[in-house]
Formats: sequence, structure tokens, C-alpha cells
Amino acid sequence: MSYQTAKLALEDGTVFTGTSIGAPGEVDGEVCFNTSMTGYQEILTDPSYRGQIVTMTYPQIGNYGVNEEDLESAKPHLAGFVVREHSRVASNFRSEKSLSEYLQEWGVVAIESIDTRALVRRLRSRGAMRGVLSTIDLDDASLVAKAQGSPGLVGRNLVQEVMPELACDWQEPVSEWTFLNSEAAERAAAAAATATAEADGPHIVALDYGMKWNIPRHLYDAGCQVTVLPGASTAEEVLAHNPDGIFLSNGPGDPEPLSQAIETIQGLLGKAPIFGICLGHQLLSLASGAKTFKLKFGHRGANHPVQRLRDKVVEITSQNHGFAVDEQSLPDCLEVTHRSLNDDTIEGVRRTDVEAFSVQYHPEASAGPHDSHYLFEDFLQAVRKS
Amino acid sequence: MPRRDDIKKILLIGSGPIVIGQACEFDYSGTQACKALREEGYEVVLVNSNPATIMTDPATAERTYIEPLTWEVVEKVIAAERPDALLPTLGGQTGLNVAMDLERHGVLEKYGVEMIGADADVIDKAESRERFKQAMNKIGLDVCRGKTIKSIEAAREWVDQIGLPAVVRPSFTMGGSGSAIAYNRHEFDELVLRGLDQSPVTEVLIEESIIGWKEYEMEVIRDGDDNVVIICSIENFDPMGVHTGDSITVAPAQTLTDKEYQRMRDASLAVIREIGVETGGSNIQFAIDPDNGRMIVIEMNPRVSRSSALASKATGFPIAKIAAKLAVGYRLYELPNDITRETKACFEPTIDYVVTKMPRFAFEKFPEADDTLMTQMKSVGETMAIGSTFKESFQKALRGLEIGCFGFGSDGTDLWGTEQQPSREEIVAKLARPCPERVHYLRYAFKDGMTVDEVFGLTNIDRWFLDNLLEIVETEETLRGVGSLADMTPELMRTAKRFGFSDRQLALMLASSEMEVRQQRLEWGIRAVFKSVDTCAAEFEAYTPYYYSTYETEDEVAPKAERLAALREKHAAGGTEAPAAPADGNPLKTVMILGGGPNRIGQGIEFDYCCCHASFALRELGIESVMVNSNPETVSTDYDTSDLLFFEPLTVEDVLNVVDRVEPDGVIVQFGGQTPLNLARALSDAGVPIIGTSVDAIEAAEDREKFQAMLTRLGLRQPPGGIARTTEQARRIAGEIGYPLLVRPSFVLGGRAMEICYDNAQLEKFVAEAFIAAQGQPVLLDSFLEGATEVDVDAIGDGEHVIVPGIMEHIEEAGVHSGDSACSIPPYSLPGPVVQEIRAAAVALAQDLDVRGLMNVQFAVRWEDAQPVVYVIEVNPRASRTAPFVAKATGMPVARVAAKVMAGVSLAQQGCTEDPVPSYVSIKESVFPFIKFAGVDIVLGPEMRSTGEVMGTSERFSMAFAKSQLAAGSVLPQEGNVFISVAERGKQHIVEPARKLHEMGYGLLATEGTAKLLEENDIPTQRVKKIREGHPNLIDFLTDGKVALVMNTPRGKGARTDEGRIRAAAVQARVPCLTTMEAVSAAVRAMEALRNEEMQVQSLQDRFVK
Repeated sequence: MSYQTAKLALEDGTVFTGTSIGAPGEVDGEVCFNTSMTGYQEILTDPSYRGQIVTMTYPQIGNYGVNEEDLESAKPHLAGFVVREHSRVASNFRSEKSLSEYLQEWGVVAIESIDTRALVRRLRSRGAMRGVLSTIDLDDASLVAKAQGSPGLVGRNLVQEVMPELACDWQEPVSEWTFLNSEAAERAAAAAATATAEADGPHIVALDYGMKWNIPRHLYDAGCQVTVLPGASTAEEVLAHNPDGIFLSNGPGDPEPLSQAIETIQGLLGKAPIFGICLGHQLLSLASGAKTFKLKFGHRGANHPVQRLRDKVVEITSQNHGFAVDEQSLPDCLEVTHRSLNDDTIEGVRRTDVEAFSVQYHPEASAGPHDSHYLFEDFLQAVRKS
Repeated sequence: MPRRDDIKKILLIGSGPIVIGQACEFDYSGTQACKALREEGYEVVLVNSNPATIMTDPATAERTYIEPLTWEVVEKVIAAERPDALLPTLGGQTGLNVAMDLERHGVLEKYGVEMIGADADVIDKAESRERFKQAMNKIGLDVCRGKTIKSIEAAREWVDQIGLPAVVRPSFTMGGSGSAIAYNRHEFDELVLRGLDQSPVTEVLIEESIIGWKEYEMEVIRDGDDNVVIICSIENFDPMGVHTGDSITVAPAQTLTDKEYQRMRDASLAVIREIGVETGGSNIQFAIDPDNGRMIVIEMNPRVSRSSALASKATGFPIAKIAAKLAVGYRLYELPNDITRETKACFEPTIDYVVTKMPRFAFEKFPEADDTLMTQMKSVGETMAIGSTFKESFQKALRGLEIGCFGFGSDGTDLWGTEQQPSREEIVAKLARPCPERVHYLRYAFKDGMTVDEVFGLTNIDRWFLDNLLEIVETEETLRGVGSLADMTPELMRTAKRFGFSDRQLALMLASSEMEVRQQRLEWGIRAVFKSVDTCAAEFEAYTPYYYSTYETEDEVAPKAERLAALREKHAAGGTEAPAAPADGNPLKTVMILGGGPNRIGQGIEFDYCCCHASFALRELGIESVMVNSNPETVSTDYDTSDLLFFEPLTVEDVLNVVDRVEPDGVIVQFGGQTPLNLARALSDAGVPIIGTSVDAIEAAEDREKFQAMLTRLGLRQPPGGIARTTEQARRIAGEIGYPLLVRPSFVLGGRAMEICYDNAQLEKFVAEAFIAAQGQPVLLDSFLEGATEVDVDAIGDGEHVIVPGIMEHIEEAGVHSGDSACSIPPYSLPGPVVQEIRAAAVALAQDLDVRGLMNVQFAVRWEDAQPVVYVIEVNPRASRTAPFVAKATGMPVARVAAKVMAGVSLAQQGCTEDPVPSYVSIKESVFPFIKFAGVDIVLGPEMRSTGEVMGTSERFSMAFAKSQLAAGSVLPQEGNVFISVAERGKQHIVEPARKLHEMGYGLLATEGTAKLLEENDIPTQRVKKIREGHPNLIDFLTDGKVALVMNTPRGKGARTDEGRIRAAAVQARVPCLTTMEAVSAAVRAMEALRNEEMQVQSLQDRFVK
């Protein structure tokens, strides 16, 4: 086996040298890190990572391979992938191919064998940085210059790069692995199939800004008719579907440039109950008059404690966001419902005047814990009430 | 919810002596809990029978009772202390059982004591097999399907439902014998029929076989608001079928997709909620079918456990401390994460390294025991290693075991390429049967060209683990291909170090020396860096200086000057961090303590206790204390015991790496047992400043000629003996000094391969064994002082003064290893002048060796011509196993005093120039693991086999001995039958004890010879048949519960002799068995005392009131 050298350069001049485990090439983006110890496949295919070079803090990646069932979208969206050590074998009965094969198949530039903890400590202390990952150009100075020239995330509309072009009806249930045993999985699947076949469930329109598939899967499992619309749809286009409820998805990058999406949401508020996740949460907040800001290095992982303020219950959540809603800017119509126990930032809001709420984190999990699944039920309750 | 203020005083029950399955981890958790509760202003009452613990230090709790752990005794403590609450979940299974007994007997209700953390019903629900199964069914989780069956027909019906293979377990057989797996119908019928026949109740349990499935553990913690978090997941390298305590385990889980992991997480949450553990930690075990992912719940421990100690060390999350705070009302989100300070304890740790735990076994001490690893735990200790990758941590863990391995093969213990290289058949056989050596045979399998799939087929060890091992072997081949250090490249060197290869292995493969390899790689800039264990994968800044080494680019340990400046600042700020008595102008600023590594027989918690005290002493003096150790069970590896903690194997290479980084002004090798002493010479040669007694003096005490010269100089006597490097020399020495003769290898702890020979045949056999155990070192032969009394002495010297805090008279006569013998402070039978002579000899020895710190001397006193003659047997200028016992018996913290001496504070400066005078009698009794090794003879000998100790204290010897027996789990009966069988030489001594037993109303049983003797002395005796005389014999009496106590002193030894079988049967029937005349007479005195007075309890604080 021949080793192809790869290098990762940061805008501050740091260069890490390792080995390529993906496709040859050169990519630039914002370098960030995810602290989840499992779920690399879900992370690779989460469209919210568009424009980012993602570092896994857990050192052994690829151990259980890659399978069709655990995808969160059709393909990897991140700019580049950084690990300490990738596994040359995939050991799991569900595995269909090795991680390296998958990365090469989709042309993902990826590097292993660098001191990932040193990289993470640098990002933690200096904040998220622009970087370049290359197997072509191995000249340090040139790479650093390229990193400094990389556009970064702020002010860019990355949603247009990942959202679907066409509308579709969602027909896929959650993985059977979501349930404690196969019986429960079968029961859930049967119930969802019946509800959908009889078309008696509520009709949810999901605005897709780069949506993780596990979100519509959850809505489908709850018996909803789910129509997925491109994130750029107008309020009229959404309302034309006569939705009982509207969902605002996650998606990549900075929410502030997404003025069209914000306008759409403003046109939808009060028309049907609205539920937003991650970017959807930021957009709902912006549409309500709040502001967002960029976090120093973001929240990315599957162990983030969030406290539900009404009863102080703590949920361990899956998170992936580099921006957050600004506390100071909150209008009267927004009430904070959830907060991060780590840094006290806003993790959930609710409109006090109309039926709309959102969370900054990922109740659909994948990768991550299932503690916040109740939010889908809350949403459906609101939909049924209205 | 803040802390509860309706409770003020809380009772904690410890886990008692170290036994297999319950070791230092409960000292660690209990000590943490005591600290946590006192921090919150509660008064803590502690009961534990084990003196070798930090938790039983008088400073750890307000009220400390070193008393037997039975509900009757603990009731007395409750009556005296009247606590408001009992926290039952931090003292292991023992603590939990005592708590349940107290509940069952109405004691808690009577005194109004509330069980906090988990109540009796919750504990019962988790521990009762049937209730647990029902609970799991209720929440939709699978358990292993099993059914008890009384006929072959019913068995066939049941197996149709669960399928083959199936496990057949006959009910109520001794030690669970007769269990086996049936792979086909034929085998199944055969096993069921045989099982029904073997079972006294004609019943077998038939379970689906999950042997070979993947095994996982989840450490879960819950608070009073029902917030539940997972602290750590653990994946077992050895699949189902091997007890998790005997398995190599790895954290976090490696081969689960997020979907599967989250399902296991959901299941863990559901289990802790359904069982209803209100607050605290629990451990839940799962099995996963590798072919389809089917998940089965194996069991749950509703308490902190060995695994939770491992999880705490693996993640940095202090489970026991948090569990204690949750028990008094706090919520997880109200408690800070100590390590990051800014975040809360309510989160799930995420780690950015791989942790490997390996078990350490002691089968060499129990050659008759079956070393197949099964569902009953057999290991005596463990080591943990942290690395950036599994490969690195795996090789580090092998080094940390201290069994002569320096990684995965290519070290001194490697059979590959030697004459003993195993054949393919041998490899296959070893792989198919889980045993301690299997891990080494995995390598031989790959060396022999087997594939990952082939090895998987034999072991069911996950292919991911196997492929990582194969990568290590492939790298080994590459390295061997290089052949010499001169041909090495920096790139390959770096790869090898990142794969966890040690300098020693590289030296062997590159035909070089360890130091040359080290030199070369340092020249290339390939050095270990140290990274933090921080609970959060570097997401937040860590304030806890807990480190592991790895071969990466960035080092996180602050330079010395910076660290010392921070320490000064902390001291200046005052509070609890300020040193109590700073030694101004002390040239020592940073001192490193080398720990004892994994527990083993002969070296365990006693040495960890000493290391902790050394650290406490240094911190009291304002010196930066640095701990290096690899044992995850211990208090020494708690992140707040020392100023810096390095979780590293104790080898020269790993220690030098830490030294390079920390730059200590002194290193203490005296407290960690033999482990650091074995490194002392190499470290000293490498320029490491060893403080305390000099390395030369330590070696002088081990060197026969120098030792002899010293004794002559001091006018002390030694049993005649000699030193042999060959069997021929041994024969000549035997000829000179005659029999009986004590044979032992030098430089070995715990009496390994130490034997007494009475004739030439025995000499040949034992000398051969001793040469093997000595590993190239000579073998010592000494005249054995038959019938002598042994005395252990602990002394402290500072170069000027010597004090002798502990003079311990052994109960068992010479010939029983000092670690196995019971002993008494003060001496209970020796005349005062003899004790004075012994003391004077110890002082003279300490002065001659210029001891700075602790020293232990073993003496023997033999009556020769009606005169007591004192012999010096052995001198060890280091902390001994007895140091904690001495501290608890006398009230003087000897290890701490000694550490301060080493740090330059004289005995006079400490106000410790007088020997402490004990005003009570304290007895230390040893505890043995025989119950785990069915069929092993329990006769005590020169080879140490005990795993732990207990202490009993009273105003009189008899009651102190009674307490020590009760604490050791050997319940001296109040009534019933006593079986007596003594060797010829003990016959004249048995008559009086037997008469007393008869007078107290016990029935006496004896076989022919002894019965005749007793009858001749008018003591009525019931005769029983010897085993070879047919039935009913003594074993039948034992099995039928007709014997309450066995007194059997050996004629011979061995599991195959009649008497050996009797003793082994007594252990399995849990009937106390006394095997020496001295123990017999002490026991009879104790039984008399128990009839005449009630056992009293007393706290250490009352005992040592100033």
C-alpha cells in the first residue's frame, strides 16, 4: 500500500502533515471539530457541514464501516475530513464498505495521522479558522496563503448549494435501530405505513435548507404526510400545499444572508404551527426580529447538555452549529425555552404570539442521543390543536 | 434542588478486605464519597474492616470504625452513632449486602435510618434474577432466555424454542460444576441427563448460549430529577463467556454504529429508570449478537463498581463523588465539572484517546487451579493504559501488567523464534480456550500466518481488534526486516513509537540496547508528549493535571517554573490548598512518587496506601507531588490525590519520559512495593535523583554477602544459609547446613516459589522451580527454623533517630509467609526482654543501612535450651505491607512520617522521636481467594497467597482475635460440631483446646488416630470415616452442614491428599478451617471470649483521643 501525503494548513500558519485516506485533491473551508465518538457517517452526510473541513476528536474512525441505512443525505457535503486514524477494516454486520472506499467514491479529500488534539486545542483557543486540505500542493507557505484567501462562512449563502431543486413527498421511516427491539420497530413501521396509506395524518411541509433525512423520517413515523419543498420556496408556494404544520430544517452556514428564507417564514407565521431545527431555529429567530452571531468555535458533538427551562430537565443533545441567536437582540415576541448548560447560550425559543417554536440542537439525533424526541410530539400536538 | 438539610449524619459501609472481585476500587469510591459529603458539611460515619485503606484513615471521616462487616456489628455502630441516613451504594457488593441485612433485620427501621441513593426494594429488584427479568420484559428488553427443567422431555421441548447451542447448568452443584455447552442434539441429551443426575435436586437450568457475543458495559448516573447521563461505554475485547473482570476491556465502545450505540444508551436509561435507582451510578451489561445486532441485557449493578472506577479513570469524571452528592439531594446540573470548572457535571464525557484495561492473574500461586477464564472472576488486579490509538494503549497495557512483557511480543518473554515456539496445533488449542496466555497466542497465530477470520473463528474476538493486532505484527515484521538500529529511519521509528512499541522491544528487534534506542530516537526528536484526560476531548480548557503519554506533536504539561509559580500562587491564596507546614528553604520543589502498578498477591492496596500518604505529606510541605501509576482501582490514581498525575506503565522507559518532562528534584521508590524498587538502579544510573534510603543500601540488604557482613558487624544472628547459582551449589549448601531448609529465589516479592524442604528429593524439585522463578537471579537457601515465632518490625529512620512504631508477633509459626500469617500488635506472648532485643536490633540495622524513611525487618525467635534466641531473617529498607496496619493500630501515620523524612524533615522536627505505645491489642488477619479456585489446598506455606487483610482491635487478645476472624469471614461457631485432625507433631497440643471445646458444649468429630488420643484423655469424640474408608465420611458431613468448624493441621500438602480434599471441601462448603496449631489455640480462646462477653465497637477517633 502506498501512502499519499496530505497536508492541512490553517490561516494562522499552522501546517499539519499526514496521510491521505480519501480522494486526491485540494479543498478549502472553515476548519471545525466534532466531539461525537460515534456517527462519522451521519456527520459526513449532514448537509450542514457544507463549506467546512471537519475534524473528528475521537481518534479511531471507520471502525464499523459505512452502510446505506445510516445516510443523512445522498452524499457527503463537507469540504474535507480529518481523523487521527482511520480503520482499514470495517467490522460490523451492517457494514457495506470501508470508510476509505466511501470517501474515495465521493471524492472527499481526507487526512489521517495528524495530532488531531493539537489541532482542536488550536481551534478552541483561537476560534474556528479557515484552512486548506490538499494532496496536490504540499508547499506549506503556498497552502497557508490559500487558507488565508479562503472565503470562510460569514455572509455566504451555502444553502443554495445543498437544498433540493424539486419538491417531493417523503416516504421513508426511521431506522429500525431507533427502537429498543425489533418488535417495537415493526409496530412503528406498520403504524406509519397505515397512517400514510390512509392519508389521515397531518400534512407537514418541510422547508429543506439542507435537511438531514432523519427529520422527515421522524415526521413520517409520527403518521404525517410529509412534503419536502426547496428552502428557497416562497410563503405562497408553501401555503399552496395547504399544510397543517410547517417545518424549518437545518442547513449550512450563516443564517443572516438568507433574506428570502426569512421573508418566507415571516409570511408563514400564524398560518400554521411552525417548528424549526438548527438553521431553522436561527431563521425563525431572525424572522421574529432577533439577531444571530458567530460562536468562537461552535457546538459540534453528541454530548451537549441543554436545560429545558420550564421544568429544569436536562437533555443530552446532538449539536452542529457555528452561529447562535443573540440574547440581547431578542424581541418581546420570543421567549427562551432552552439553554446550553455549557455556555448558557440560547438553545430554544418560542413565539409568544403565534404557534411557532424552534431548537438550536438536533432532536432527530443521528448522530446522537434520542433525549429530545419529545419535540416532534410537541410539534404534532400543536398541529392537531390548531 | 440544593443539599438536604434534614439529614446531618451519614453512615457509609466499606467493602472490607481485598478479595478477587472487590479490590481497591471501593477504597477509591468510598474515600471520594467521604470527601464529597464532608465538603457539604455532613458528618460521616464509616465502617470498614480493612485497615489498609485510605478511607479508614482517621482524617477521612468524622467517625471511623475498623470493625467486622456484619449487620450485627454495624447495628452496634448505628446504636452508638445514630446516623440519619445510610448510603449503601459505594461499598461494593459487601457494603450493599450488609445494608440489605440491616434492612431485613429491621435495624434501619428501629433506629430511623433512611437508605439514600437506592433503597432496599430497588437493590432487590436489580439483584433478584426473577424480578430483574420481569422488569426487563416490561420495558421491552431481551434477557438471556433460560428455564429450570426437571426432565429430559421438558428439556427437549425448551431447546426447540431457544435453539442450539444451549448452556446446561445443573442446579446446586458445588462451585457450579457440571455446566457445559451443547452444540448438537446428541450432546444436549447427554448433558441434560448427566446434569439431572449430578444435581442434588434433579434440576438443570437451560439457557440460550450467548457465548462469543460482543460484550459491553454502560456506566450510567441518575439524579433526583430523573436526569440520566452515560459516563462511559466499555467494549470487552474478550467476548461473552469470560467474566468482565477477567476480560481485556476497551473504552469507549469501538465497533458500534451510532444507531446501535444510541439504542444501547436508550436501553441503559430505560433500565436505570425501571429498576428505580433514585440517584447515583449504575453499571449495566449488554451482549450483542455480532451477526444481527440482537441486544440482550445481562445484568445491572445498582451501585458503583469496579467498572465505574475504571470509567472514572478513563474519562476523568468522578462517578463516586458525584453519586455521593446526588444522594444528598443535588441535581447533576447544579454540580460543576471539576475538570473544566466552567461546565456542569450534567453531560456525557467524550474522550479523544483509547483506554485499555488488562487483568492480572496469579495462577502461578495456585498451580492446581483451572486457569480457564469463565463466568467466575479469577484475576487479582488490573492495569489500565491510555494511548492515542488502540494499538498504542494495548501495547502500553501489556507493559503495565508487569509480567515481563514490554509490549505485544518481541520482549524477554516471547516464545516465538525460541525452542519453545508453539506449533499450529498448540496455537489453535490456546486460542479456543480463554486463558491468561491467550493474548500472547493471538500474536503467535498471526506470526504463524493465520488470518483474522481464522482467529475470529476460534476466539470470537471482534475483527476490528484482531486487525489492529495484525497491524502491530506487520509493523514488527518491518522492524525485524531493518535488523539494526543503524539502518533505522526516523519515519519508521516514529511509526513504531506511535504503534506503542517500547524501546526495549525495538532494542531486541534492532540488536541494540534500550538506552541506545532511546538515545537515537531522542536525537531524532521522537519523544513522548503528554496530553490531558479532560472529559471533553479538548473542547474546554482542563484544570486538572491528569496526563498520559503518546507520540504526537503537542505537549500539554506546563514547564516546571510555570507550574511551581502557579503552585505558590495557590498556596498564597490560602484555603484548603495551602500547605499545613511548609518546609521553608527545602531544596526539593517537585517530588515524584512511583506507584505499585496492578494489584497482585504480595503487592496491593497497602502500597497504594503508602504512596497516597507520601503524596499527602509532600503537599503538606508545599512540595509539588507527582504520582506515576497504572492501576485504575486506586486512590493514588484519583486526580486530586497529587498535584500531577501520570497514568503510565511503571517501566524505566515510561518513567524516564515523565522525568524528562516533570524534572523532579527527587523520586520516591520506597512506597510502591517491589515495582519501583526494581526500577531504582536503572533510574539512578540514568541520573534520576532517588531520595530516601540510597539505592546502594537497598541493594546491600538484598545482597547476601554484604548482608552477612553487616550482621556480623552488629553482632546479630542469622539462620545458616547460602546462595546458589546452580543446583550443584544448592546440594552442597544443603549438605553443609542440613534440613529442614527454606528455598527462595532472590529479588522476588510475596514468597513466589518459596518452599521448605525436608529431604533431598524435595530439594531437587523446589530448587529447580526456584531457579525458574528467579529469572537468572540466584536462589537463597536458609536453615528453616522449625517451631520459631516470627516477628515483623516496621521502623523509620532519618539518619539521626530511629523509631520503631510497629513490632508485630505472628500467630502462625515460622514457615507461613508473613503476608499470610495473622499478627498482633503488641506482641502477645514474647517476653519483654526479647521484644527489647528485637527493637534494639532493628535500630542497629536501620542505623547501619542509614535508612531514610521506612524499613521492615523480619525476625524469628526460637527457644533453644529454654532460652529465646533472636534471628534476623530479612531486612527490607522500604515501606512494607504492614505499614497501614501499624498506622491504624498505633495511631501514628507511619507512611506520612517517613515521606516527610525523605523530603528532609527530621523525626525531631516532626515531633516523632518516641515509639507510639499501643493501648489496645490489634490483630491483622489475612483473607484468601480459595473460594474462587475450587479444589485448591488451603494449607499455608512460605508462598504468599492471601489477597487482603482485616483488623480486629480490643482490649484483650482473645476478643481482638475473635473480631479479626469474624471480619475475615470465618465465623467461629457458637455451637455445633468441630472436626479435629492434627499431624503427629501437633498431637500433644490439641488435647487442652479440645477439652475446652467439649466443656463449652461443642461436639467433637475426629478420625481414628485423633479420636483415640482424645478418648484416652477422657474427651468424648464421635468417629468419622476417612475418605478412603467409604461413606459417610467427613466430606459427607461437611456437605450436609453437620460441621461448624474444621481444625486440620497438615501432615502433607496438596489437593490430591485426603486432608487436602477435606480442606478444599470445607472452603467450598464455607465452613471455617484452621490449619495451624497456633490458630487453633487462638480460636479456642476467642470462642471462650465470645461466650463470656459481647463484642464492642469503638471508633478510631475515640481510641486515639489525644
